[in-house]
Amino acid sequence: MRWPDRLAGMIGGLLLLAVLVPMGLMLWSLLEQGAGVLSMDFLLEDPRQAGRTGGIAALLVSTGWILAVCLLVAVPVGLGCALYLSEQVPAGTRRAQWLGGVLDMLAAVPSIVYGLFGYQFFAISLGLGFSILSGGLALALMVLPLMIRSAEQALRGVPMSYRQASEALSISRWGWVRRILVPQAAPGIAVGIILSIGRALAETAVLLFTAGYVLRQPDSLLDSGRALSVHIYDLAMNVPGGMPRAAATGLVLVAILVILNLLVRRWLRPAQGAWQ
Amino acid sequence: MITTSSRFHADSLLSWLLRLTGAAAVLVLGGIVAVLLIQSAPFLVEHGSALWRNDWQPGQTRYGMAAMIAGSVLVSVLALVIAGPLAVLLAAWLRYFAPLIRRPVLALVELMAGIPSVVYGLWGMLVLVPWINQWAPPGASWLAASLVLALMILPLALLVTDTALGQLPARYLQAGQALSLSRVGMLRRVLLPQAGPAIVSGLVLQFGRALGETMAVLMVAGNVVQWPTSLFDPVRTLTANIALEMAYATGDHRVALFVSGLLLLLVTAVLLMLSWRLRGERHEMA
Repeated sequence: MRWPDRLAGMIGGLLLLAVLVPMGLMLWSLLEQGAGVLSMDFLLEDPRQAGRTGGIAALLVSTGWILAVCLLVAVPVGLGCALYLSEQVPAGTRRAQWLGGVLDMLAAVPSIVYGLFGYQFFAISLGLGFSILSGGLALALMVLPLMIRSAEQALRGVPMSYRQASEALSISRWGWVRRILVPQAAPGIAVGIILSIGRALAETAVLLFTAGYVLRQPDSLLDSGRALSVHIYDLAMNVPGGMPRAAATGLVLVAILVILNLLVRRWLRPAQGAWQ
Repeated sequence: MITTSSRFHADSLLSWLLRLTGAAAVLVLGGIVAVLLIQSAPFLVEHGSALWRNDWQPGQTRYGMAAMIAGSVLVSVLALVIAGPLAVLLAAWLRYFAPLIRRPVLALVELMAGIPSVVYGLWGMLVLVPWINQWAPPGASWLAASLVLALMILPLALLVTDTALGQLPARYLQAGQALSLSRVGMLRRVLLPQAGPAIVSGLVLQFGRALGETMAVLMVAGNVVQWPTSLFDPVRTLTANIALEMAYATGDHRVALFVSGLLLLLVTAVLLMLSWRLRGERHEMA
């Protein structure tokens, strides 16, 4: 190898270190601060004293409900829109490009703008207030483009010969979609759902003014509930002495996301380019 | 046994249902734009020109956003200046100099891309801010915000660059090897220029993500409304301002926050179109 190549090889190694070291430090600082707090009790107890003591049980419940509302809306609508794109809009047509543009735009809208919209539309105009419902719905809108894109990719991956065979057998459109297309694309759609869950769990700014801050166990979907990510922010910024529990909550959240990532990686082939 | 008429019924129902969900995506975008416009319009008519002034004192009905716009832009530009070259060089290095570790590193990078922005912010508060504070107090600063953002946008910048390089025809590399060019020379003269528009297009999108990021910046930027005079001065971005003040804002103040949301949306749209334009030109050339 010539000297410029050898030099470049070494410089590249240094650059890699420049990325990996901060990431390692991140994990280390979270462990250093939070590992002492982390225990089974931390997961099962409700927070006390604004989160300074106690655990995160109520937050896990709120997060679960917010996620459930989000998926209940984003999965059917996302799947429907993906079916529309793959079934009724031929790729490359003007309408496909136009809808693609709208999806790209939705994906690029800053999350705080989804927060503003959700606050004004769901919380105030529809009168849902600071509630799990408002938060889940706003979150659903945010993950929608990701859900649509990954489901569309899965649907377009179903071989053309299947479609031809089903048309030769004169199976109805509805039968084709329900019995063949969606079951065949199911693994890819599942990847889309898991990616959407990951995105939803990681989000904070959307939830600040929609799901709200309330720390206790929610009584209903119209109750305000604090998500894990919002808890991390609040403990770190607004609660003196909240840092250890913020870090511990961060560890829990990262652990969940790592598990989701492994799930996608291990059992289901990741949709190529799904991050875009 | 399905009769023809009921089949027709189910199929046309399905067709309408799908059309409806397709329209939903358009409606969401339209709804967001409409709500922000409706909220902002009266204010824009009344105080429009005042927005570009420097003094943000909602208590005294002064809504100048210039310093926060500058904050957003400065923080994001520096983040891109740090993360952009790093991502491009690393992606090229992984592909052409260290192919053996490319897959595991990309897997790790994908994992990084999924880490919540609050966790990046937490890292900034725990490690970066105290560290900067040692030699240039207060630590929470333009530099801290840019470094955290840089680390946050780096994974996706790296992944899109890798995809762009992967789309180059293999014959470029083969021709280069036949001419016995050095790999550095190949990269500099052929591969990077060829993939350039696609890479820049991806980086433009990452710049948009940096501008729109709220939590990570909010936690480490110090959030003082001012034009920074050095890298170590605290700044406040538009996004952080919305997150900080929305909770208690009323009247014109609240509307001013919607105006800043509208501004963010517009800038994002412009950046997206720029990114399309860059990518489109690449198609024409190919």
